[in-house]
Amino acid sequence: MHLPAILPWGAADGFSKQMLLVILSVVIIASFFLLAARKQQMVPGKLQFAGEMAYGFVRNSIAKDIIGGKDFMKYVPLLFSLFFFILVNNIYGAIPVLQLPSFSHVGGAYVLAAIVYITWIGIGIKKNGLRYFKLATVPSGVPFYILPIVIPIEIISNFLVRPVTHSLRLFATMLAGHLIVMIAGSGIEYLIMQENILLKGTSVLVLAGAIAMYMLEALIMALQAYVFTLLTAIYIEGALHADSH
Amino acid sequence: MNQLIISAATEGAAAANPLVPNAWEMGVVLAGFAVLFFIVVKFVVPMFEKTFAERAEAIEGGIAKAEKAQAEASAALEEYKQQLTDARAEANRIREEARAEGAQILAELKEKAAAESARITAQAHVQIESERQAAVVSLRSEVGTLATTLAGRIVGESLSDDERAARVVDRFLAELENQNAGVAK
Repeated sequence: MHLPAILPWGAADGFSKQMLLVILSVVIIASFFLLAARKQQMVPGKLQFAGEMAYGFVRNSIAKDIIGGKDFMKYVPLLFSLFFFILVNNIYGAIPVLQLPSFSHVGGAYVLAAIVYITWIGIGIKKNGLRYFKLATVPSGVPFYILPIVIPIEIISNFLVRPVTHSLRLFATMLAGHLIVMIAGSGIEYLIMQENILLKGTSVLVLAGAIAMYMLEALIMALQAYVFTLLTAIYIEGALHADSH
Repeated sequence: MNQLIISAATEGAAAANPLVPNAWEMGVVLAGFAVLFFIVVKFVVPMFEKTFAERAEAIEGGIAKAEKAQAEASAALEEYKQQLTDARAEANRIREEARAEGAQILAELKEKAAAESARITAQAHVQIESERQAAVVSLRSEVGTLATTLAGRIVGESLSDDERAARVVDRFLAELENQNAGVAK
């Protein structure tokens, strides 16, 4: 799925609005946090305080709480980048004119989920060697006669389904939200064009519903960024401590 | 409007499977995320962590300093209290000592004075005794002579004349006095 390109204008393949927004998000995030972190004052100003709050949220509420221990600092940059990259790209959907959550196009979600997938498997192998696959698929304390059922389930759920759900959750919520708002908008336009005054009046109901959906979508945009990052932290933690699960 | 939506839907029906990604979009997301990740790893996280570490150090350093000052102050107070107690004990001891010493000195002085007075009294007694002895001895040697002389004088003159007898006695006493004065000299 691809929008008509901006460059060259209207072409089926080319530089699209979605691509422009992704690049813009990198510029926004990088410049905001570089500006906020640059001063390094003991007593932070407003900008620095906001930056520290945002950074501290990912660092402490996600990385430290989920991964914990002494290791969590290594994964803070990844979690931090993921959270704000997804957050800003999702919030685009709630901003008039931009009005396009980048991850309503599935490619980006696949890329991020793949990065996370490779990362946690890499961590698991680095930590436990090839034994990691045994640790990840053979749960301890399960009676041997159930193992033939459990092992395939674990393989499917951990190594096959996990990256798919991880990416599609983000993509599907964004696409659905985008579609709902878009359909509500088209619906209002369609109803308002009607000759019948009563039918015209129902557009007000659709408008009220659309605003409610818009608010819900804004919440889901922030929530999905959090969920994606939280799941990443949980996968990394699982790979780090595979021997104790 | 309706026609537009329908035509868009039918036209893109084959191509627009939402689960099929566009390679260029994937490339842009990958590149964009890589750039962002690089900036975060290289600059953002180190700067925030440095600030956090410095702040924690400043706060902990302040607390440690305050604790040290507190400990020092309480140690000094303890020392002063100890010194005060010591000084009090010392003062008490000195006072007690002085009192004891004073009493001893007083007793000694009293004893000495008593001894001295006893000695003086005894000496006076001895002197008086010796003088009395000397007087007795001298009287014993002189009384006879004096009596004999006086008797001779009296007998030599007329004993009937009272006035004359009195004169003789007076004269004798005067002579005796002169003689005594000469002896004293």
